[in-house]
Amino acid sequence: MNRPQHPTSPPPLLTVEDLSVAFGQNTVIENLNFAVQPGRTLAIVGESGSGKSVASMSILRLADIAGARYASGRIMFQSAAGPVDLLTQSQEHMRKLRGREIAMIFQEPMTSLNPVFPIGDQIAEVLMLHEAMPRRAALAEAERLMSLVRLPDAGALLKRYPHQLSGGMRQRVMIAMALACRPKLLIADEPTTALDVTIQAQILTILKDLQRELGMGLIFITHDMGVVAEMADDVVVMWKGRKVEEGPVETLFAAPKHPYTRALLSAVPRLGAMTGEPLPKVSPLTVFDGEAPRILGEARVQDTARYEAPLLSVRDLSVRFDIRKDWLGRATHYCPAVSDVSLDIYPGETLALVGESGSGKSTIGRTIQQLQKAAAGEVLVEGRPMSAMSLADRQRLRQEIQYIFQDPFASLDPRKTVGQSIAEPIETHGLLAGRREIRSRVGDLLERVGLSADVAGRYPHQFSGGQRQRVCIARALASKPRLIIADEALSALDVSIQAQIINLFMDLQRDEGLAYLFISHDMAVVEKMSHRVAVLYLGQIVELGSRAQVFETPGHPYTQRLLSAVPVADPTRRPERTGLAGEIPSTTRRVGDAPALNKRIEIAPGHLVAAS
Amino acid sequence: MTGFLFKRLLQAAFVVMVVTLIVAWAVRLTGDPALMLTSGSANVTEADLARIREGLGLNEPFLVQYFNTLAGLFTWDFGRSFVGGTQVSLLIASALPATLALAFASMAVAILISIPLGIRAAVSRGKWADQLIRITSLIGLSFPNFWLATMLVLIFSITLRWLPPSGMSGWQSFIMPALTMGVILTATNVRLVRTTMLEVLQSQYIMVARAKGLSERTVLYKHALRNCAIPLITYMGLQFGGLLGGVVVVERVFNWPGMGSLAFDAVAARDYPVLQSVIMVLSLLIVSVNLLVDIAYGLVDPRIRTE
Repeated sequence: MNRPQHPTSPPPLLTVEDLSVAFGQNTVIENLNFAVQPGRTLAIVGESGSGKSVASMSILRLADIAGARYASGRIMFQSAAGPVDLLTQSQEHMRKLRGREIAMIFQEPMTSLNPVFPIGDQIAEVLMLHEAMPRRAALAEAERLMSLVRLPDAGALLKRYPHQLSGGMRQRVMIAMALACRPKLLIADEPTTALDVTIQAQILTILKDLQRELGMGLIFITHDMGVVAEMADDVVVMWKGRKVEEGPVETLFAAPKHPYTRALLSAVPRLGAMTGEPLPKVSPLTVFDGEAPRILGEARVQDTARYEAPLLSVRDLSVRFDIRKDWLGRATHYCPAVSDVSLDIYPGETLALVGESGSGKSTIGRTIQQLQKAAAGEVLVEGRPMSAMSLADRQRLRQEIQYIFQDPFASLDPRKTVGQSIAEPIETHGLLAGRREIRSRVGDLLERVGLSADVAGRYPHQFSGGQRQRVCIARALASKPRLIIADEALSALDVSIQAQIINLFMDLQRDEGLAYLFISHDMAVVEKMSHRVAVLYLGQIVELGSRAQVFETPGHPYTQRLLSAVPVADPTRRPERTGLAGEIPSTTRRVGDAPALNKRIEIAPGHLVAAS
Repeated sequence: MTGFLFKRLLQAAFVVMVVTLIVAWAVRLTGDPALMLTSGSANVTEADLARIREGLGLNEPFLVQYFNTLAGLFTWDFGRSFVGGTQVSLLIASALPATLALAFASMAVAILISIPLGIRAAVSRGKWADQLIRITSLIGLSFPNFWLATMLVLIFSITLRWLPPSGMSGWQSFIMPALTMGVILTATNVRLVRTTMLEVLQSQYIMVARAKGLSERTVLYKHALRNCAIPLITYMGLQFGGLLGGVVVVERVFNWPGMGSLAFDAVAARDYPVLQSVIMVLSLLIVSVNLLVDIAYGLVDPRIRTE
């Protein structure tokens, strides 16, 4: 598709000129300039703290409520009543523009809808407000909008409440709500970050189609370069409150000029980048921290797995959660979270568990870590069944198997220094005696994960997200584990930090001979660092094999679907997706109604695929 | 929801059983009513006392007496007052509406003042309006209710002669008693509204509501307030119990013909049937209010409704 490089005829829909925004003494945006053309998509890219969300909240003047001060600049908008400078408008006038001419979609679909009102009313509210529609007509229009965003059975959904909808459906409701008055400008702030890949692909397609249909200008805020490549016409890259680069998406990806953009693009894991490689590879990283970019690390093949005897085996594991009970407290409905799962983890190996929300991947990890009871099946450690172990032996397993969680902030005690947090497992398991020994071990561990030993006295809130995750890794290492279960441990991190942590994981694996059970929904990261991959769907393994087998010759339709949904960080290869409609079905079942179990067949040595 | 209600109903019945049992037992700890009734009069023989006990049903075993009282709850027959021999049910029938009217008026005062003030304080968090509201509510909390009642009477009835000083006659007579009890509830409620509101205002859906172009008023009073309702309803349900306790003092000061006055006189006269019945009816009332609170949860929050 040919797009004009320099659109000439229509004036820009929105022009941000020399915008500076401050909260108190803290300037978060400095002299920002960009323009949005009608019918085109501008992506604003940057990491947390880059000021990209503040920019969008300033356009809507919602940043005022948080106490923002506009130190300089203009935001010119071509409103229906002629051009206006949004920064000089009263809040009352802004309310007439919000939702009618400029609409916004937010990051968290789970919390964006008011839990106590039916969704039909929440959409209709916008129409009743701006178009003065009577309630009945507004609800009819809401129903039409909901079918426009491809929500099935829109009529019945009108009376439903947000908690009865999945995340993907809620985000579609949000889009319907934002588009209700056919706005000229739509701001989408990380609209798909919290969603599964197949749902993300659906939402992106809907947004693109509707933009074309309505001719809206779209500002798309994201940190995901794959999504940028897929959605954007033009890109603005922000770093610490400033614009460092801008340009058409093809140019920016082909020849990034600013070192930060280059570092950002080099950090993006690209699906398919490992094709033809038998083993995971560590690759050097470009890091930009304000001065000249530096190269960190070396290229190395991760040949650490020793396939002699498995370190840990899971045999026919099933886990279920009771959903509903009758009045005597007997379960009537349950969720078969994990059904009949068998897998082996070898020393020095990274086994990835991939799947979307509700696939049971975290439940497997929690069961191995004895945080969850199994309904059936067995976990064996070096051939010994866990159920036959003494209490002391099982306690010892808690030391040898460590868990790293998704949210590094929530998993550190805010009232303990990070040194105390790291020392705790050492003391609990009696690994070292004496304050001095423990302190020097904590210092070693901090240095091992790339922090300095003298940060031990600081508290979690004094660290950035990436540093906190490093602290969590140090704490996991403290008890000298043999297996680390990393449950979405990279998902909350910015890409450049994520790339550094991936390398840290791989370095530690080489040096300590660690095995990882790597739980993730991010296919590109999984491709980069795992030896073998298990794909889960509705609590069952649908495909299991070496990384090359699963990624290069995926045998199960769900694996293929999952792979095709991943955004490709290359604007010249925009995928035309098919067959991505539909939601993951509900898993609640009546007691006695067991799910049908997959039969797996071996299509190549070590490559198991569920026969459907 | 039905299963949930059924459970709560069983719990409520059990609570009423226990409360009435304790009341029936405790009332009898204070001594022999026959002796109390005849104290002061000369020439009381043992036969007289026995006749009085017989007449009052006091020579039945304790449990039989208890179950008679309990049965009275269902048949609306609480026996007769020791003093004057009026049917207790008639006394309660005239006192209960007066107390309920006063209680609801006080709750209304508390709600009408505390919700707008609490919201205002939350919205202007840390600014002077917030400070002022918080300090004023602390002052309100520090007033003992009998003192406040006396001051109101002094100002509005005696000095200004705007309002009747006592009794229940017309809407004017509600103002001072309702205000006295309402103000003290208001003080805690303002703080509760402020805290829950601050939390709700942080939510993403409030930002979404603002991004729709809704006015601040709609955002606060429609989108935010409904989400504050659960803690507020819970707390106000509990307050209702405290309110019925506080009613004794306030009714006394304003000479209000309600359950509080009835209880007060019954204590003074050792009129056990009246005292026991008043306490039973009040505890039944508190239990039913808390049952209503549970039902209200489901009405306010659809997430609880579908559980």
